[in-house]
Amino acid sequence: METATAPTQAPPPGPPTGTPRGKARPGDRIFLGLSKGSGITLLVIMAAIAAFLGYRAVLAISKDEANFLTTFEWNPAGDPPVFGIAVLAFGTVVSSIIAMVLAVPVAIGIALFISHFAPRRLAGPIAYVVDLLAAVPSIIYGLWGAVFLVPYLDGLNKWLDEYLGWTYIFERTSEGVARNLFTVGILLAIMILPIITNVTREVFLQSPKMHEEAALALGATRWEVIRMAVLPFGRSGIISASMLGLGRALGETMAVAVVLSPSFVLSGHLLDPGGGTFAQNIAAKFNEADEFGRDALIASGLVLFVITLLVNGAARAIIARRKEYSGANA
Amino acid sequence: MAKRIDVSGLTAFYGTHRAIDDISMTVEPRSVTAFIGPSGCGKSTFLRTLNRMHEVTPGGRVEGKVMLDDENLYASNVDPVAVRRTVGMVFQRPNPFPTMSIFDNVAAGLRLNGNYKKSELSDVVEKSLKGANLWNEVKDRLNKPGSGLSGGQQQRLCIARAIAVEPDVLLMDEPCSALDPISTLAIEDLIGELKERFTIVIVTHNMQQAARVSDRTAFFNLAAVGQPGKLVEIDDTERIFANPSVQATEDYISGRFG
Amino acid sequence: MSHTVQDKRPVAAPSRGTLAHARMPRWAPAAIAVGSVATGCLIGVVAGLESRIQWGLLSALTFVAATYFITAKVEGSRQGKNRVATSLVWVCFALAIVPLLSLAWITLTKGLTVLDGYFLTHSMSGLLDAEEGGGVYHALLGTIEQVAIAAVIATPIGLLTAVYLVEYGRGRLARAVTFFVDVMTGIPSIVAGLFVLATWNLMLGFGPSGFAGSLALAILMMPVIVRSTEEMLKLVPNELREASLALGVPQWRTILKVVLPTSIGGITTGVMLAVARITGETAPVLLLVFGTKLINPNPFEGAQSSLPLYVYEQYSVGTAASVDRAWAGALVLIAFVMILNLVARGIARWKAPQTGR
Repeated sequence: METATAPTQAPPPGPPTGTPRGKARPGDRIFLGLSKGSGITLLVIMAAIAAFLGYRAVLAISKDEANFLTTFEWNPAGDPPVFGIAVLAFGTVVSSIIAMVLAVPVAIGIALFISHFAPRRLAGPIAYVVDLLAAVPSIIYGLWGAVFLVPYLDGLNKWLDEYLGWTYIFERTSEGVARNLFTVGILLAIMILPIITNVTREVFLQSPKMHEEAALALGATRWEVIRMAVLPFGRSGIISASMLGLGRALGETMAVAVVLSPSFVLSGHLLDPGGGTFAQNIAAKFNEADEFGRDALIASGLVLFVITLLVNGAARAIIARRKEYSGANA
Repeated sequence: MAKRIDVSGLTAFYGTHRAIDDISMTVEPRSVTAFIGPSGCGKSTFLRTLNRMHEVTPGGRVEGKVMLDDENLYASNVDPVAVRRTVGMVFQRPNPFPTMSIFDNVAAGLRLNGNYKKSELSDVVEKSLKGANLWNEVKDRLNKPGSGLSGGQQQRLCIARAIAVEPDVLLMDEPCSALDPISTLAIEDLIGELKERFTIVIVTHNMQQAARVSDRTAFFNLAAVGQPGKLVEIDDTERIFANPSVQATEDYISGRFG
Repeated sequence: MSHTVQDKRPVAAPSRGTLAHARMPRWAPAAIAVGSVATGCLIGVVAGLESRIQWGLLSALTFVAATYFITAKVEGSRQGKNRVATSLVWVCFALAIVPLLSLAWITLTKGLTVLDGYFLTHSMSGLLDAEEGGGVYHALLGTIEQVAIAAVIATPIGLLTAVYLVEYGRGRLARAVTFFVDVMTGIPSIVAGLFVLATWNLMLGFGPSGFAGSLALAILMMPVIVRSTEEMLKLVPNELREASLALGVPQWRTILKVVLPTSIGGITTGVMLAVARITGETAPVLLLVFGTKLINPNPFEGAQSSLPLYVYEQYSVGTAASVDRAWAGALVLIAFVMILNLVARGIARWKAPQTGR
């Protein structure tokens, strides 16, 4: 009974009760210790990730003969070693931006479809399928992208080049299959679509019914109801869902490694084969790298780690604010 | 402006469940009609059929006719959106849009329709807030969110929002059940003023309230749980409370059940 | 709020007192859809566009535009906007369904060409890349071992952390753990791989092994388990805890005997979903397990293979026979993951009423 009134972390040192249960008090202490220890283990792992990656990265960067941030080359085995992340950073950011531009609106559309438009009998199964879609391993998306998407996008690439070539970014300066950043962006969009959809759908389903009814009773059409009562409520949810998707797109390895034909050329022509991303470069260069080469790759991984930390942190902050504002957590 | 509602043979379903059965009644213009009855008797469902909100509920379906003057709300070429603009509604719990300011809340319905002038808009908002007896309390903070008001103020804000689009009929679904007695009194006073301009139908659990605000009262009942609700009788409020023609009504009013 | 171009002429709005206006018949959207697809294909054929993707995009574009103009003409611009939003949402849905169907179809048809009993029970031992035959057994074995070890490491830590957060957690430590669990969820899998590489392999000097891969997978798995378990524990009504405590049962026994059993279905689901998620992870395995053609049943010593790694390797080799094997491996992998998912969700549904809300 005495523990019932003790919401504090440590069990109170109250008087022994004399019942057989009294013997269990060490049990409480051990159990608390175990569970607290597990939590601390997680913190230690996070700290260790940052510390060890940082340590190996410093080892590598200190021997780098070029500027790590601005160099367009990856040759840690050379003499002198020269490597930099400029191309990787560009490729990672560009492919993720393409993925976001394509995926976010469609994901909002699908989420609205499930929460407000689909016939009721369809909505459940569709949500289920989207859930399953989120579980498809990325290597399979990669395989599908390389074998199916790349040849199919050839025609679209030619067309874009022909009609939008004047925009520079859609100009093709070299012929070749569509193993370019644009294709990577599209594939990443398809991959993060289910993740963004799932989170936004949850938010839309939570939007209070009474405000939707208020809008309806004023004579709003279904779209106007969504504009007045659903989207304003879900705005921060959409933002944080997008950030989660962005985090996934930034760190995606295998799908990019399979689809992209990499090169260390920084080109604004998105339809030209070439470029690279942090994760793809690590996977591609790993096998041929010696220990120093691996340290160099770890250094690039650290940059990726920091970027995803920032993106995820921002997403979490937005979610936390929303919970306070809506009281949905209560 | 205010219109007569003439309901004949109206039955409403939730899926296959019959919620109310074969209801016919006439609601006079420029008067207050109160619906009373025990929980689950279908009075709220019936109210929601009067502006086609019932069909918003999954599985909601209606048979029968609701004539607004000479137009059937359920005719095949009638747009439910147009119906809801003509028949406004106030809900049980005050529900101002939390992301909008007080001004925007009142203007929301007008903005939907699109055809207004910027200068008219603030006039209409002021007129509606005055009509809802709220103007003096909020005129200095029209740009603050509506969720910052007290419960009673929020409900009057919702009434202002509903009357801003100049509906012909105003439906109120237990508008005071979430409010304290003083706010309730304010709303009841307001209802008395609004009936000069609108046809008002109010669902209430509170029989004193029905006696205080309404001109006519309809009593709904159901034979048993799971059975459809039915209209027992509708008559002048005084008669219903003093000398009802059906025994069940008297039992209910005198507190013998429900 | 849209108060756009309507200001000048209020004519378009229905005049007071008429509720009825022209409405489109119910089959109109379907008819417009059919017409749009036909138009899209027609343009595709006439203009000689090679890619079906363009045909589809043209059809979708025509559909949305036609919906707007026809509805706006017949029912007014507000209804037009409403119909456009509706049709856009349907188009979004169609857009998402196409890659899904294509992915499922291609994996199934291509995978089934070489998938048979032999494929499942043999390794790639002694086989040249261009040769046909061979199998996935060594990779399947590796995946099962690695995932099992990862689950054994991650599950208790994840569960206990969740228990700490829900049952004990107050104050700064709990807040820090909550925050970093969130952050950890977002770690790219390759970064987890690099971390184990930097510590286990580069610093402690161990070679590649299944176990090294398991360590990285465990790191990826922990936050997922913490999150899902936390959600489930929060669903256990407080009355149950209080009832048990009021009987004089100590807190740790209350947790073990009341709280965990009540939510065991949901927790199992969460763990299985986490397992399904790490099963498909390729990047850390690529860095740490190294890959082999041979059957290596010992996860602690020497290179192993794993399903996703097998798919990647076979695809990278690029011969016709190996690409076929890659698809078959992909089918095995996807079947593995989907079965885990379906069973997990089945458990969730089956146990759901017990969590009582």
